[in-house]
Amino acid sequence: MTQLALIVLIPFIGALLPSWALTAGRLWSAWVTGGVVVSALALLVAPAWAVMQGETLLWQLDWLPALGLSLGFRLDGLALLFALMILVIGLLVILYARWYLAERDPMGRFYAYLLLFMGSMLGLVMSENLIQLLMFWELTSISSFLLISYWRQREDARRGARMALAITGGGGLALLGGILLLGEIVGSYDLSTVLAAREIIHAHPLYLPALVLILLGIFTKSAQFPFHFWLPHAMAAPTPVSAYLHSATMVKAGVFLLARLFPALSGSEAWTWLVAPTGMATLLIGAYTALFKHDLKGLLAYSTISHLGLITLLFGIGSPLAAVAGLFHIMNHATFKASLFMAAGIIDHEAGTRDMRRLAGLWRFMPQTGLLAMIAAAAMAGVPLLNGFLSKEMFFEKTVYMATFEESTWLLPVLATIAGALAVAYSLRFIHDVFFNGTPTDLPRTPHEPVRWMRVPVEILVVICIAVGIFPSLTFGPLLAVAAGATLQAPLPAYSLKVWHGFTPALGMSMLALSGGALIYAIRRPLFRWHERTLGQLDARWLYEVWERALLQGSRVLDHLIHRRSLQDMLAVLIIAAAAMLLLGFWGMPLTGSATLTPLDPVSAAAAFCLAVGALGTVVLHRQRWTALVMLSVVGLIIALAFVKFSAPDLALTQLAVEMVTIILLLLALHFLPAETPRESSLARKLRDLLLALLGGGLTTVLTWAVLTRPYDSISDWLLRNSVPGGGGSNVVNVILVDFRGFDTLGEITVLAIAAIGIYMMLRDLRLEAPRADAQGRPWSSDAHPLILATFSRLLLPLALMVAVFILLRGHHLPGGGFIAGLIIAVALVMQYLANGVLWTQTRLSGELHPLIGLGLLLATATGLGSWYFGAPFLTSAHGHWSVPILGEIELASAMLFDIGVMLVVIGITLVILIRLGRIGLMQRRAPISNSDPKP
Amino acid sequence: MSDLTETGLILNSALMIGFLLVTAAVLLSLWRLIVGPDKPDRILALDTLYVNTIALLVLLDIKLASSLYFEAALLIALFGFVGTVALAKFLTRGDIIE
Repeated sequence: MTQLALIVLIPFIGALLPSWALTAGRLWSAWVTGGVVVSALALLVAPAWAVMQGETLLWQLDWLPALGLSLGFRLDGLALLFALMILVIGLLVILYARWYLAERDPMGRFYAYLLLFMGSMLGLVMSENLIQLLMFWELTSISSFLLISYWRQREDARRGARMALAITGGGGLALLGGILLLGEIVGSYDLSTVLAAREIIHAHPLYLPALVLILLGIFTKSAQFPFHFWLPHAMAAPTPVSAYLHSATMVKAGVFLLARLFPALSGSEAWTWLVAPTGMATLLIGAYTALFKHDLKGLLAYSTISHLGLITLLFGIGSPLAAVAGLFHIMNHATFKASLFMAAGIIDHEAGTRDMRRLAGLWRFMPQTGLLAMIAAAAMAGVPLLNGFLSKEMFFEKTVYMATFEESTWLLPVLATIAGALAVAYSLRFIHDVFFNGTPTDLPRTPHEPVRWMRVPVEILVVICIAVGIFPSLTFGPLLAVAAGATLQAPLPAYSLKVWHGFTPALGMSMLALSGGALIYAIRRPLFRWHERTLGQLDARWLYEVWERALLQGSRVLDHLIHRRSLQDMLAVLIIAAAAMLLLGFWGMPLTGSATLTPLDPVSAAAAFCLAVGALGTVVLHRQRWTALVMLSVVGLIIALAFVKFSAPDLALTQLAVEMVTIILLLLALHFLPAETPRESSLARKLRDLLLALLGGGLTTVLTWAVLTRPYDSISDWLLRNSVPGGGGSNVVNVILVDFRGFDTLGEITVLAIAAIGIYMMLRDLRLEAPRADAQGRPWSSDAHPLILATFSRLLLPLALMVAVFILLRGHHLPGGGFIAGLIIAVALVMQYLANGVLWTQTRLSGELHPLIGLGLLLATATGLGSWYFGAPFLTSAHGHWSVPILGEIELASAMLFDIGVMLVVIGITLVILIRLGRIGLMQRRAPISNSDPKP
Repeated sequence: MSDLTETGLILNSALMIGFLLVTAAVLLSLWRLIVGPDKPDRILALDTLYVNTIALLVLLDIKLASSLYFEAALLIALFGFVGTVALAKFLTRGDIIE
């Protein structure tokens, strides 16, 4: 069932396409994005068929089996229900957004983020492993952040995005804790195992902490009271985003997890008492606040909060029937609320405002949109013959059932009816205030019907609302049945999806809610005045802001305590701490161990002497920066020799290459710095530093002596033995880098690449005044590129390239490898810049340099991924012998490709950094010259 | 060098003398590097140090009868040149990549 992984992967890969398709036109971007979703849907058809027959599909791949981590996807009824919701509503939203976004809005970015979100959400609902689920959970938070702040020029969008990220991100942290505890209790992170371990989980002393932490994650994500306030602020997002993320899908991730873990966690007192009251409070507060919101989207946001509360409450009640009702309401809410948001977006788009105090009488201008909105709002209110009525009635029925079951819960149906009445009232307001209630005054635009295609998604959703409302068991029935089966992990309870159940208490409650809602709406004016004076003053946001300010302030204080803003001071603390630990830890141990010492030869002694002189010279001459640099080169050179002496040729080669790049880097920097370091330190400070230096140096010497004079076993024996059989190379260093610890190398080059791109961006617009004469005041030589030097250096390039290829190819068996080869090529190219100038070299190098970095990373990653194709873990190396004419017998390992990737990254970053740095002054000096004397 | 044949003896003596002379040359270059007096003197001293190191590495490989460190010598030859050019260019133009 690789298909499952593909379904999740397709949106992620597809996210690269919309921006690219935009070059062909805006319509194309939408088509391509839609195409991505359709292909994911097409892939879902066959698995969906199997799931509808009652199967649970699993697909697993070992990832870090030692840590209990596997990559796993699972498609059962519940996952299928959500996957369909995500894909179908996603498709409608893509169509809608094509017409919603203005010309000036970057459409590629929007669709890319949307697909990113879609992939994350699909991954979340189809995860088999809990840790993996959490990963996708966080990805939905991040993509939601990106989508809310889509109009990043707007302050409210940025603030809303930050708030949403802080709340859901914090919840994600709690969820991580909860999941780790759960995994600890069960002994596995696999969902199948966890769901079957109900007794173990409930009997465990860590059950309550795990439950609380997981619920925190759920409540923040699904905007439950008291974490609900981020959702209204997230309404700063474009309306398609609100329709998709903040009503139909992402906020349902919380209740999804509630449903997913229902068999494992529910059924305890703690569950009922934590979940049900939260749901009830959210239901009431959401419905109440929604009534008083003047912003259309604000009303819908609070209504969403209220409906999420209803779903949470249903799961909190904990009976199988309530869970079925909860699932049914998830489906119904997604359809009517998404269509309502889209309708609100159309109104905003065509009338220019969403403020219900300004909108009125739009019925005359947009009757079709009005009719659609009316039907959807009626579904939201729970009017019979629409889908909202059915699930709401199921909800009422459950509350009545609870009340007859247990005397103390008589409050439940009463509160449920009140919430129902409030829902009716705000739905009435939505329709009456916008489409009737007089004529519009001072609208920014003359409203009219939208483009036909913008209304189509709303039409489709409203048709679903009606169809489900009249024929529930023919439409959502089968899907609900498999979803409920997967949620409960048990035989389904008896329930019937029918419009007419006879005269039941639930019907009475529905009627009561409808008439009560009409009554509330009728007396809305005094109610509004009362609300303004009292509860309207409250806003949960200030609590968040106080908390945010306190957090920032606290961090600042802490930062001030720890961070002294002086490298010397920080180093002093570090050295003293290290010295104290050393002295405390090793006090009283014999200094010299039992190992025999290697005899000293005169050459080594001379080299050591040079090293000491070089180091001393660097310190003594450090004020004359250029001279100190020359002294430093001596140190670097002798260290390379030391590596040779102690049989580490790879290190010697690397040291030499790095040494050279460092010299060039420092020379580039020195050009913009004063030639001499001014004297700034006081005598006391110098004494302190001298003491610290003696302490640090002395202790390091002692420690090194103590370690080297003792016999010890290292892991090198194992590596030496396994290098050839395991990695196919006899150069252990290289085999470690590209094979045994290839994953580390991949991480390192990635970090390196990120750093290089950061440097690239930071240096891009930097211009510095370059000195016009040297330190002694002599003007620079007029010959920038002496002919002899230029000619000689051109000869150097092919030779250096050949050396590099040689070093790369032999790297797996003899000293060398991609890192060194990359540095050699980079230095050889830098030499061309140096001797022939930037212009000469740039015209001969086709294209930019930084794509090399990306290419290298891609190659290295692709090599790693390639081993999956052969069914081996990530970055497994394959190797074999080939006999090649002229070159003879060679052994090639797939690690070689990885090594080439490393090489490309190294070339890219070295050149990007050095050349960028070299050009800081160039622009400035070139400018006046090119005015008078234009060069090719 | 277990079999002390005549060639072995000559090679050994040559190596001894070679090491001695090159080491002396290394120390002398270091001396020039420190006393200067001018910046070009120091560049030349560093360049000579590079060349002497190449000699040391080759001598070492002859002594060990291996070719393991020839690449290191090759790289010093390559990089030493670039380093010298960079240092010199800094003195004449200040900006080494322009």
